[in-house]
Amino acid sequence: MSTAIDAFTIVCVAAGVFFYVAGTVGLLRFPDSPSRLHALTKADNLGLGLVALGLLPREPSVLGALKIVVIWALVMLSGASTAQLIGRVLRRGRR
Amino acid sequence: MSIQTFLDIALALLVIGVAVWTIVARDLFVAVVAYVVYGLFLALVWIRMYAPDVALTEAAVGGGVTGVLLVAAGKRLDISAIDIDRQKPSMALATLAAGCSILLAGVLMIVILSLPAPAPTLAPQAAAAASGPGAGLGNPITAVLMSYRSFDTMLEKVVLILAVVGVWSVGADQAWGAAPAPFGPDRPYDALVFLAKALAPVGAIIGFHIFWTGADAPGGAFQGGALLAAMWMVALMGRLIELPRIDARWLRLALVAGPAVFLAVGIAGAMLAGSFFAYPSAFAKPLILSIEAFMVLSIAVALTMLVAGPPYRKGAP
Amino acid sequence: MTPAVLAALVGAALVGLGLYGLIVHPHPLRKLLAFNLVGSGAFLVFGMVARRGAAAGLAFDPVPQAMVITGIVVAFAASALAVALVLRLFATSGRVDLDPRVWTRPDDDSSTS
Repeated sequence: MSTAIDAFTIVCVAAGVFFYVAGTVGLLRFPDSPSRLHALTKADNLGLGLVALGLLPREPSVLGALKIVVIWALVMLSGASTAQLIGRVLRRGRR
Repeated sequence: MSIQTFLDIALALLVIGVAVWTIVARDLFVAVVAYVVYGLFLALVWIRMYAPDVALTEAAVGGGVTGVLLVAAGKRLDISAIDIDRQKPSMALATLAAGCSILLAGVLMIVILSLPAPAPTLAPQAAAAASGPGAGLGNPITAVLMSYRSFDTMLEKVVLILAVVGVWSVGADQAWGAAPAPFGPDRPYDALVFLAKALAPVGAIIGFHIFWTGADAPGGAFQGGALLAAMWMVALMGRLIELPRIDARWLRLALVAGPAVFLAVGIAGAMLAGSFFAYPSAFAKPLILSIEAFMVLSIAVALTMLVAGPPYRKGAP
Repeated sequence: MTPAVLAALVGAALVGLGLYGLIVHPHPLRKLLAFNLVGSGAFLVFGMVARRGAAAGLAFDPVPQAMVITGIVVAFAASALAVALVLRLFATSGRVDLDPRVWTRPDDDSSTS
Protein backbone atom coordinates (compact mmCIF):
# COMPACT_ATOMS: atom_id res chain seq x y z
CA MET A 1 0.00 0.00 0.00
CA SER A 2 2.74 2.44 0.87
CA THR A 3 4.53 1.77 -2.42
CA ALA A 4 1.31 2.63 -4.25
CA ILE A 5 1.12 5.89 -2.28
CA ASP A 6 4.77 6.61 -3.06
CA ALA A 7 4.22 5.95 -6.76
CA PHE A 8 1.16 8.22 -6.77
CA THR A 9 3.13 10.99 -5.03
CA ILE A 10 6.07 10.69 -7.41
CA VAL A 11 3.84 10.76 -10.50
CA CYS A 12 1.79 13.74 -9.33
CA VAL A 13 4.75 15.80 -8.08
CA ALA A 14 6.70 15.06 -11.28
CA ALA A 15 3.74 16.21 -13.38
CA GLY A 16 3.47 19.32 -11.23
CA VAL A 17 7.16 20.08 -11.67
CA PHE A 18 6.78 19.61 -15.42
CA PHE A 19 4.03 22.24 -15.46
CA TYR A 20 6.13 24.61 -13.37
CA VAL A 21 9.02 24.22 -15.83
CA ALA A 22 6.61 24.86 -18.69
CA GLY A 23 5.41 28.03 -17.00
CA THR A 24 8.98 29.19 -16.43
CA VAL A 25 9.86 28.51 -20.07
CA GLY A 26 6.87 30.61 -21.03
CA LEU A 27 8.05 33.38 -18.70
CA LEU A 28 11.44 33.42 -20.35
CA ARG A 29 10.46 32.93 -23.98
CA PHE A 30 7.18 34.74 -24.61
CA PRO A 31 7.58 38.11 -26.29
CA ASP A 32 5.35 40.38 -24.22
CA SER A 33 4.12 40.73 -20.67
CA PRO A 34 0.46 39.65 -20.99
CA SER A 35 1.36 36.33 -22.60
CA ARG A 36 4.03 35.74 -19.96
CA LEU A 37 1.44 36.45 -17.29
CA HIS A 38 -0.94 34.02 -18.94
CA ALA A 39 1.68 31.26 -19.05
CA LEU A 40 2.71 31.80 -15.46
CA THR A 41 -0.77 31.88 -13.97
CA LYS A 42 -2.19 28.89 -15.79
CA ALA A 43 0.83 26.64 -15.55
CA ASP A 44 1.71 27.49 -11.96
CA ASN A 45 -1.83 26.95 -10.69
CA LEU A 46 -2.00 23.57 -12.37
CA GLY A 47 1.46 22.67 -11.13
CA LEU A 48 0.58 23.60 -7.57
CA GLY A 49 -2.64 21.60 -7.75
CA LEU A 50 -0.77 18.50 -8.89
CA VAL A 51 1.92 18.87 -6.23
CA ALA A 52 -0.75 19.33 -3.54
CA LEU A 53 -2.64 16.31 -4.89
CA GLY A 54 0.51 14.23 -4.74
CA LEU A 55 1.18 15.21 -1.13
CA LEU A 56 -2.38 14.57 0.08
CA PRO A 57 -2.14 10.78 0.67
CA ARG A 58 1.01 11.21 2.74
CA GLU A 59 -0.70 13.14 5.50
CA PRO A 60 -1.34 11.04 8.59
CA SER A 61 -4.54 12.84 9.58
CA VAL A 62 -7.52 14.39 7.84
CA LEU A 63 -6.70 17.75 9.44
CA GLY A 64 -3.28 17.76 7.79
CA ALA A 65 -4.79 16.96 4.40
CA LEU A 66 -7.31 19.76 4.95
CA LYS A 67 -4.43 22.15 5.64
CA ILE A 68 -2.84 21.27 2.30
CA VAL A 69 -6.15 21.93 0.53
CA VAL A 70 -6.46 25.30 2.30
CA ILE A 71 -2.91 26.22 1.26
CA TRP A 72 -3.71 25.31 -2.33
CA ALA A 73 -6.91 27.39 -2.27
CA LEU A 74 -5.14 30.42 -0.75
CA VAL A 75 -2.31 30.35 -3.29
CA MET A 76 -4.84 30.06 -6.10
CA LEU A 77 -6.83 32.98 -4.72
CA SER A 78 -3.88 35.31 -4.27
CA GLY A 79 -2.20 34.21 -7.51
CA ALA A 80 -5.33 34.78 -9.56
CA SER A 81 -6.04 38.18 -7.99
CA THR A 82 -2.46 39.33 -8.42
CA ALA A 83 -2.46 38.21 -12.06
CA GLN A 84 -5.66 40.23 -12.62
CA LEU A 85 -4.09 43.29 -11.03
CA ILE A 86 -0.86 43.00 -13.02
CA GLY A 87 -2.88 42.50 -16.20
CA ARG A 88 -4.97 45.59 -15.47
CA VAL A 89 -1.85 47.69 -14.92
CA LEU A 90 -0.27 46.32 -18.09
CA ARG A 91 -3.35 47.21 -20.11
CA ARG A 92 -3.32 50.76 -18.79
CA GLY A 93 0.24 51.08 -20.04
CA ARG A 94 1.85 51.99 -16.73
CA ARG A 95 4.72 49.93 -15.40
CA MET B 1 27.07 12.73 -3.24
CA SER B 2 23.56 12.06 -2.04
CA ILE B 3 20.51 13.77 -3.46
CA GLN B 4 20.24 16.01 -0.41
CA THR B 5 23.74 17.39 -0.87
CA PHE B 6 22.89 18.10 -4.49
CA LEU B 7 19.74 19.95 -3.39
CA ASP B 8 21.69 21.89 -0.76
CA ILE B 9 24.30 23.05 -3.23
CA ALA B 10 21.61 23.97 -5.78
CA LEU B 11 19.74 25.99 -3.13
CA ALA B 12 22.96 27.75 -2.05
CA LEU B 13 23.77 28.72 -5.64
CA LEU B 14 20.20 29.91 -6.14
CA VAL B 15 20.35 32.13 -3.03
CA ILE B 16 23.67 33.66 -4.05
CA GLY B 17 22.46 34.13 -7.62
CA VAL B 18 19.34 36.02 -6.57
CA ALA B 19 21.40 38.11 -4.11
CA VAL B 20 23.80 39.04 -6.93
CA TRP B 21 20.76 39.96 -9.03
CA THR B 22 19.57 42.26 -6.22
CA ILE B 23 22.90 44.08 -6.24
CA VAL B 24 23.46 44.40 -9.98
CA ALA B 25 19.90 45.13 -11.09
CA ARG B 26 19.71 48.50 -12.76
CA ASP B 27 16.19 49.40 -11.68
CA LEU B 28 15.11 49.90 -8.06
CA PHE B 29 11.84 48.03 -8.56
CA VAL B 30 13.64 45.01 -10.04
CA ALA B 31 16.05 45.03 -7.10
CA VAL B 32 13.16 45.04 -4.60
CA VAL B 33 11.40 42.15 -6.37
CA ALA B 34 14.68 40.22 -6.38
CA TYR B 35 15.03 40.89 -2.65
CA VAL B 36 11.57 39.44 -1.93
CA VAL B 37 12.42 36.33 -3.97
CA TYR B 38 15.70 36.12 -2.06
CA GLY B 39 13.79 36.23 1.22
CA LEU B 40 11.61 33.32 0.16
CA PHE B 41 14.58 31.17 -0.89
CA LEU B 42 16.26 32.08 2.38
CA ALA B 43 13.23 30.65 4.20
CA LEU B 44 13.96 27.32 2.45
CA VAL B 45 17.57 27.48 3.64
CA TRP B 46 16.33 28.04 7.19
CA ILE B 47 14.15 24.93 6.90
CA ARG B 48 17.25 22.99 5.88
CA MET B 49 18.93 24.22 9.06
CA TYR B 50 16.19 22.79 11.28
CA ALA B 51 14.79 26.25 12.06
CA PRO B 52 11.11 26.35 11.03
CA ASP B 53 10.33 29.25 13.36
CA VAL B 54 13.04 31.37 11.79
CA ALA B 55 11.87 30.31 8.32
CA LEU B 56 8.34 31.51 9.15
CA THR B 57 9.66 34.84 10.45
CA GLU B 58 11.97 35.34 7.46
CA ALA B 59 9.21 34.61 4.96
CA ALA B 60 6.65 36.79 6.75
CA VAL B 61 8.73 39.74 7.96
CA GLY B 62 11.94 39.62 5.96
CA GLY B 63 10.36 38.79 2.62
CA GLY B 64 6.76 39.89 2.87
CA VAL B 65 6.46 43.00 5.02
CA THR B 66 9.86 44.42 4.02
CA GLY B 67 8.86 43.89 0.39
CA VAL B 68 5.66 45.90 0.86
CA LEU B 69 7.63 48.65 2.61
CA LEU B 70 10.23 48.92 -0.14
CA VAL B 71 7.78 48.70 -3.06
CA ALA B 72 5.64 51.46 -1.55
CA ALA B 73 8.75 53.57 -0.93
CA GLY B 74 10.07 52.98 -4.43
CA LYS B 75 6.73 54.01 -5.89
CA ARG B 76 6.71 57.29 -3.96
CA LEU B 77 10.29 58.02 -4.99
CA ASP B 78 9.94 57.05 -8.60
CA ILE B 79 9.60 60.46 -10.13
CA SER B 80 12.90 62.19 -9.77
CA ALA B 81 15.26 59.68 -8.29
CA ILE B 82 16.18 58.58 -11.80
CA ASP B 83 19.20 60.79 -12.10
CA ILE B 84 20.87 59.35 -9.06
CA ASP B 85 20.23 55.85 -10.35
CA ARG B 86 22.21 56.61 -13.47
CA GLN B 87 25.32 57.67 -11.61
CA LYS B 88 27.94 55.02 -12.08
CA PRO B 89 30.51 54.61 -9.30
CA SER B 90 34.09 55.26 -10.32
CA MET B 91 36.24 52.27 -11.21
CA ALA B 92 38.57 52.95 -8.29
CA LEU B 93 35.70 52.93 -5.77
CA ALA B 94 34.23 49.78 -7.27
CA THR B 95 37.56 47.98 -7.13
CA LEU B 96 38.19 49.10 -3.56
CA ALA B 97 34.69 48.01 -2.52
CA ALA B 98 35.14 44.64 -4.22
CA GLY B 99 38.46 44.17 -2.47
CA CYS B 100 37.00 44.99 0.94
CA SER B 101 34.02 42.69 0.38
CA ILE B 102 36.15 39.75 -0.73
CA LEU B 103 38.44 40.29 2.25
CA LEU B 104 35.51 40.41 4.70
CA ALA B 105 33.79 37.38 3.18
CA GLY B 106 37.05 35.45 3.16
CA VAL B 107 37.81 36.20 6.80
CA LEU B 108 34.28 35.19 7.79
CA MET B 109 34.59 31.91 5.87
CA ILE B 110 37.88 31.10 7.59
CA VAL B 111 36.29 31.81 10.95
CA ILE B 112 33.29 29.61 10.10
CA LEU B 113 35.47 26.71 9.06
CA SER B 114 37.63 26.88 12.17
CA LEU B 115 35.04 27.03 14.94
CA PRO B 116 35.79 25.02 18.12
CA ALA B 117 35.04 21.33 17.73
CA PRO B 118 32.77 20.49 20.68
CA ALA B 119 30.41 23.35 19.94
CA PRO B 120 29.50 25.50 22.94
CA THR B 121 25.78 25.41 23.41
CA LEU B 122 23.04 26.74 25.64
CA ALA B 123 20.61 23.95 24.71
CA PRO B 124 20.63 22.30 28.15
CA GLN B 125 19.73 25.58 29.85
CA ALA B 126 17.05 26.23 27.27
CA ALA B 127 15.60 22.74 27.67
CA ALA B 128 15.58 23.25 31.43
CA ALA B 129 13.79 26.54 30.92
CA ALA B 130 11.21 24.85 28.69
CA SER B 131 10.37 22.27 31.31
CA GLY B 132 10.77 24.41 34.40
CA PRO B 133 9.67 28.04 34.46
CA GLY B 134 8.19 27.77 30.99
CA ALA B 135 6.25 24.78 32.19
CA GLY B 136 4.52 22.74 29.54
CA LEU B 137 5.83 24.58 26.48
CA GLY B 138 6.62 22.14 23.73
CA ASN B 139 8.39 24.69 21.55
CA PRO B 140 11.85 25.41 22.98
CA ILE B 141 12.19 28.67 21.05
CA THR B 142 9.02 30.06 22.62
CA ALA B 143 10.36 28.96 25.99
CA VAL B 144 13.63 30.80 25.32
CA LEU B 145 11.83 33.92 24.10
CA MET B 146 9.28 34.06 26.87
CA SER B 147 11.04 32.72 29.95
CA TYR B 148 14.78 32.11 29.53
CA ARG B 149 15.35 35.43 27.75
CA SER B 150 12.10 37.17 28.54
CA PHE B 151 13.71 40.49 29.36
CA ASP B 152 15.33 40.63 25.90
CA THR B 153 11.99 39.98 24.21
CA MET B 154 10.28 42.72 26.18
CA LEU B 155 13.02 45.18 25.33
CA GLU B 156 12.74 44.21 21.69
CA LYS B 157 9.06 45.15 21.79
CA VAL B 158 10.10 48.52 23.20
CA VAL B 159 12.49 48.89 20.24
CA LEU B 160 9.53 48.39 17.91
CA ILE B 161 7.61 51.16 19.68
CA LEU B 162 10.64 53.45 19.45
CA ALA B 163 10.81 52.79 15.72
CA VAL B 164 7.13 53.69 15.36
CA VAL B 165 7.67 56.91 17.31
CA GLY B 166 10.67 57.66 15.10
CA VAL B 167 8.65 57.11 11.93
CA TRP B 168 5.81 59.29 13.23
CA SER B 169 8.12 62.11 14.27
CA VAL B 170 9.52 62.38 10.73
CA GLY B 171 6.21 63.74 9.43
CA ALA B 172 5.47 67.42 8.89
CA ASP B 173 4.79 69.47 12.02
CA GLN B 174 1.35 70.59 10.88
CA ALA B 175 0.37 67.01 10.11
CA TRP B 176 0.89 65.73 13.66
CA GLY B 177 -2.13 63.77 14.80
CA ALA B 178 -3.51 63.05 11.35
CA ALA B 179 -3.63 59.62 9.77
CA PRO B 180 -0.80 58.39 7.54
CA ALA B 181 -1.20 58.64 3.79
CA PRO B 182 -3.41 55.86 2.41
CA PHE B 183 -1.83 52.83 0.85
CA GLY B 184 -3.33 53.17 -2.58
CA PRO B 185 -5.80 55.01 -4.80
CA ASP B 186 -9.22 56.03 -3.56
CA ARG B 187 -10.99 53.61 -5.86
CA PRO B 188 -8.92 50.44 -5.95
CA TYR B 189 -9.34 47.85 -8.68
CA ASP B 190 -12.14 45.40 -7.93
CA ALA B 191 -9.71 42.47 -8.07
CA LEU B 192 -7.91 44.04 -5.13
CA VAL B 193 -11.16 44.61 -3.23
CA PHE B 194 -12.13 40.98 -3.85
CA LEU B 195 -8.75 39.78 -2.66
CA ALA B 196 -9.05 41.90 0.48
CA LYS B 197 -12.55 40.63 1.25
CA ALA B 198 -11.64 37.00 0.65
CA LEU B 199 -8.09 36.82 1.99
CA ALA B 200 -8.12 39.08 5.04
CA PRO B 201 -10.50 37.06 7.26
CA VAL B 202 -8.90 33.73 6.35
CA GLY B 203 -5.41 35.12 6.83
CA ALA B 204 -6.36 36.60 10.18
CA ILE B 205 -7.57 33.21 11.39
CA ILE B 206 -4.36 31.59 10.15
CA GLY B 207 -2.28 34.27 11.85
CA PHE B 208 -4.06 33.71 15.13
CA HIS B 209 -3.59 29.95 14.73
CA ILE B 210 0.15 30.36 14.11
CA PHE B 211 0.43 32.43 17.29
CA TRP B 212 -1.63 30.00 19.35
CA THR B 213 0.14 26.89 18.17
CA GLY B 214 3.54 28.46 18.74
CA ALA B 215 3.52 27.27 22.32
CA ASP B 216 4.02 23.65 21.26
CA ALA B 217 4.86 23.66 17.55
CA PRO B 218 6.78 26.01 15.23
CA GLY B 219 5.14 29.40 15.29
CA GLY B 220 4.77 32.09 17.89
CA ALA B 221 3.87 35.68 18.56
CA PHE B 222 6.17 37.31 16.00
CA GLN B 223 5.06 35.16 13.10
CA GLY B 224 1.37 35.41 13.98
CA GLY B 225 1.66 39.14 14.52
CA ALA B 226 3.38 39.62 11.16
CA LEU B 227 0.62 37.69 9.42
CA LEU B 228 -2.09 39.73 11.16
CA ALA B 229 -0.29 42.93 10.15
CA ALA B 230 -0.14 41.71 6.55
CA MET B 231 -3.88 40.98 6.53
CA TRP B 232 -4.60 44.41 7.97
CA MET B 233 -2.48 45.92 5.19
CA VAL B 234 -4.40 43.96 2.55
CA ALA B 235 -7.66 45.29 3.96
CA LEU B 236 -6.21 48.82 3.95
CA MET B 237 -5.09 48.46 0.34
CA GLY B 238 -8.57 47.34 -0.69
CA ARG B 239 -9.94 50.39 1.12
CA LEU B 240 -12.21 48.24 3.24
CA ILE B 241 -11.03 50.20 6.30
CA GLU B 242 -9.06 53.38 6.66
CA LEU B 243 -5.83 54.08 8.45
CA PRO B 244 -6.40 55.38 11.97
CA ARG B 245 -5.29 58.80 13.15
CA ILE B 246 -2.05 58.49 15.03
CA ASP B 247 -3.47 60.27 18.08
CA ALA B 248 -6.27 57.71 18.38
CA ARG B 249 -6.27 56.38 21.90
CA TRP B 250 -7.03 52.78 20.97
CA LEU B 251 -4.08 52.78 18.58
CA ARG B 252 -1.65 53.99 21.20
CA LEU B 253 -3.03 51.61 23.81
CA ALA B 254 -2.74 48.68 21.42
CA LEU B 255 0.82 49.68 20.61
CA VAL B 256 2.05 49.72 24.21
CA ALA B 257 -0.15 46.88 25.45
CA GLY B 258 2.44 44.18 24.68
CA PRO B 259 5.48 45.46 26.55
CA ALA B 260 3.32 47.04 29.28
CA VAL B 261 1.67 43.71 30.15
CA PHE B 262 5.03 41.97 29.86
CA LEU B 263 6.69 44.44 32.21
CA ALA B 264 3.77 44.28 34.66
CA VAL B 265 4.00 40.49 34.82
CA GLY B 266 7.76 40.71 35.23
CA ILE B 267 7.52 43.13 38.12
CA ALA B 268 4.76 41.04 39.67
CA GLY B 269 7.04 38.06 39.33
CA ALA B 270 9.55 39.83 41.54
CA MET B 271 6.96 39.93 44.31
CA LEU B 272 5.04 36.69 43.74
CA ALA B 273 7.51 34.22 42.25
CA GLY B 274 10.81 35.14 43.76
CA SER B 275 12.74 37.03 41.12
CA PHE B 276 12.28 39.64 38.45
CA PHE B 277 10.58 38.11 35.40
CA ALA B 278 10.02 34.73 36.97
CA TYR B 279 6.66 33.05 36.52
CA PRO B 280 4.83 31.18 39.29
CA SER B 281 5.25 27.61 38.11
CA ALA B 282 1.62 26.70 38.73
CA PHE B 283 0.24 28.79 35.89
CA ALA B 284 3.30 29.58 33.83
CA LYS B 285 1.88 28.45 30.50
CA PRO B 286 -1.44 30.39 30.70
CA LEU B 287 0.49 33.45 31.84
CA ILE B 288 2.92 33.15 28.94
CA LEU B 289 0.09 32.71 26.45
CA SER B 290 -1.76 35.78 27.71
CA ILE B 291 1.42 37.88 27.54
CA GLU B 292 1.91 36.58 24.01
CA ALA B 293 -1.65 37.54 23.08
CA PHE B 294 -0.99 41.17 23.97
CA MET B 295 2.35 40.94 22.21
CA VAL B 296 0.66 39.78 19.02
CA LEU B 297 -1.62 42.81 19.16
CA SER B 298 1.30 45.18 19.64
CA ILE B 299 3.41 43.56 16.93
CA ALA B 300 0.58 43.65 14.39
CA VAL B 301 -0.16 47.31 15.11
CA ALA B 302 3.53 48.30 15.16
CA LEU B 303 4.39 46.56 11.88
CA THR B 304 1.43 48.11 10.07
CA MET B 305 2.18 51.59 11.41
CA LEU B 306 5.83 51.20 10.40
CA VAL B 307 4.83 50.43 6.82
CA ALA B 308 2.13 53.12 6.75
CA GLY B 309 4.62 55.84 7.55
CA PRO B 310 4.41 59.31 9.08
CA PRO B 311 1.15 61.25 9.43
CA TYR B 312 0.06 63.12 6.34
CA ARG B 313 -2.12 66.14 5.85
CA LYS B 314 -2.76 67.61 2.42
CA GLY B 315 -0.93 70.89 2.07
CA ALA B 316 1.50 70.40 4.93
CA PRO B 317 5.12 70.48 3.69
CA MET C 1 30.45 19.97 5.11
CA THR C 2 27.05 19.73 6.69
CA PRO C 3 24.14 21.77 5.30
CA ALA C 4 24.52 24.18 8.21
CA VAL C 5 28.16 24.93 7.41
CA LEU C 6 27.27 25.36 3.73
CA ALA C 7 24.52 27.79 4.69
CA ALA C 8 26.97 29.75 6.88
CA LEU C 9 29.44 29.99 4.00
CA VAL C 10 26.61 31.31 1.86
CA GLY C 11 25.95 33.80 4.68
CA ALA C 12 29.57 34.94 4.60
CA ALA C 13 29.36 35.43 0.83
CA LEU C 14 26.15 37.44 1.32
CA VAL C 15 27.87 39.68 3.88
CA GLY C 16 30.62 40.45 1.35
CA LEU C 17 28.07 40.95 -1.44
CA GLY C 18 25.99 43.27 0.70
CA LEU C 19 29.04 45.31 1.69
CA TYR C 20 29.89 45.78 -1.97
CA GLY C 21 26.36 46.94 -2.76
CA LEU C 22 26.33 49.23 0.26
CA ILE C 23 29.49 51.04 -0.86
CA VAL C 24 28.89 51.15 -4.58
CA HIS C 25 25.22 52.18 -5.01
CA PRO C 26 24.47 55.89 -4.65
CA HIS C 27 20.71 55.51 -4.17
CA PRO C 28 19.82 55.21 -0.45
CA LEU C 29 17.13 52.55 -0.99
CA ARG C 30 19.63 50.34 -2.85
CA LYS C 31 22.00 50.83 0.07
CA LEU C 32 19.19 49.73 2.38
CA LEU C 33 18.64 46.58 0.33
CA ALA C 34 22.35 45.77 0.47
CA PHE C 35 22.35 46.41 4.22
CA ASN C 36 19.50 43.94 4.64
CA LEU C 37 21.55 41.43 2.66
CA VAL C 38 24.41 41.86 5.14
CA GLY C 39 21.99 41.36 8.03
CA SER C 40 20.45 38.18 6.67
CA GLY C 41 23.91 36.79 5.88
CA ALA C 42 24.94 37.36 9.49
CA PHE C 43 21.75 35.61 10.62
CA LEU C 44 22.70 32.58 8.54
CA VAL C 45 25.96 32.33 10.48
CA PHE C 46 23.88 32.45 13.68
CA GLY C 47 21.79 29.60 12.26
CA MET C 48 24.85 27.46 11.76
CA VAL C 49 25.95 28.09 15.34
CA ALA C 50 22.47 27.08 16.47
CA ARG C 51 22.54 23.87 14.47
CA ARG C 52 25.99 22.94 15.72
CA GLY C 53 24.80 23.39 19.29
CA ALA C 54 22.41 20.45 19.14
CA ALA C 55 22.33 18.93 22.63
CA ALA C 56 20.04 17.87 25.48
CA GLY C 57 17.61 16.08 23.19
CA LEU C 58 17.01 19.06 20.92
CA ALA C 59 17.99 19.14 17.26
CA PHE C 60 19.28 22.70 17.58
CA ASP C 61 20.30 25.27 20.16
CA PRO C 62 17.23 27.47 20.54
CA VAL C 63 18.95 30.55 21.97
CA PRO C 64 20.68 31.74 18.73
CA GLN C 65 17.48 31.01 16.81
CA ALA C 66 15.47 33.15 19.21
CA MET C 67 18.06 35.90 18.72
CA VAL C 68 17.69 35.61 14.95
CA ILE C 69 13.90 35.91 15.18
CA THR C 70 14.28 39.03 17.29
CA GLY C 71 16.96 40.31 14.91
CA ILE C 72 14.80 39.93 11.82
CA VAL C 73 12.02 42.00 13.38
CA VAL C 74 14.43 44.67 14.61
CA ALA C 75 16.10 44.82 11.17
CA PHE C 76 12.70 45.43 9.64
CA ALA C 77 12.01 48.21 12.15
CA ALA C 78 15.34 49.85 11.26
CA SER C 79 14.54 49.55 7.55
CA ALA C 80 11.16 51.18 8.10
CA LEU C 81 12.76 54.09 9.94
CA ALA C 82 15.37 54.48 7.18
CA VAL C 83 12.64 54.47 4.52
CA ALA C 84 10.67 57.12 6.42
CA LEU C 85 13.78 59.32 6.62
CA VAL C 86 14.54 58.94 2.91
CA LEU C 87 10.95 59.69 1.93
CA ARG C 88 10.94 62.80 4.13
CA LEU C 89 14.22 63.93 2.57
CA PHE C 90 12.67 63.51 -0.85
CA ALA C 91 9.47 65.31 0.17
CA THR C 92 11.23 68.38 1.49
CA SER C 93 13.98 68.74 -1.08
CA GLY C 94 13.14 66.69 -4.15
CA ARG C 95 16.47 64.87 -4.06
CA VAL C 96 17.68 61.66 -2.44
CA ASP C 97 21.38 62.20 -2.86
CA LEU C 98 23.51 61.27 0.14
CA ASP C 99 26.66 62.89 -1.19
CA PRO C 100 27.34 65.99 0.96
CA ARG C 101 29.04 67.78 -1.93
CA VAL C 102 25.72 67.89 -3.79
CA TRP C 103 24.04 69.71 -0.91
CA THR C 104 26.77 72.28 -0.27
CA ARG C 105 27.31 73.22 -3.89
CA PRO C 106 26.51 76.93 -4.50
CA ASP C 107 23.16 77.03 -6.27
CA ASP C 108 23.36 78.02 -9.88
CA ASP C 109 20.01 76.43 -10.78
CA SER C 110 16.62 76.55 -9.13
CA SER C 111 16.42 74.46 -5.99
CA THR C 112 13.12 73.15 -4.66
CA SER C 113 13.70 73.55 -0.92
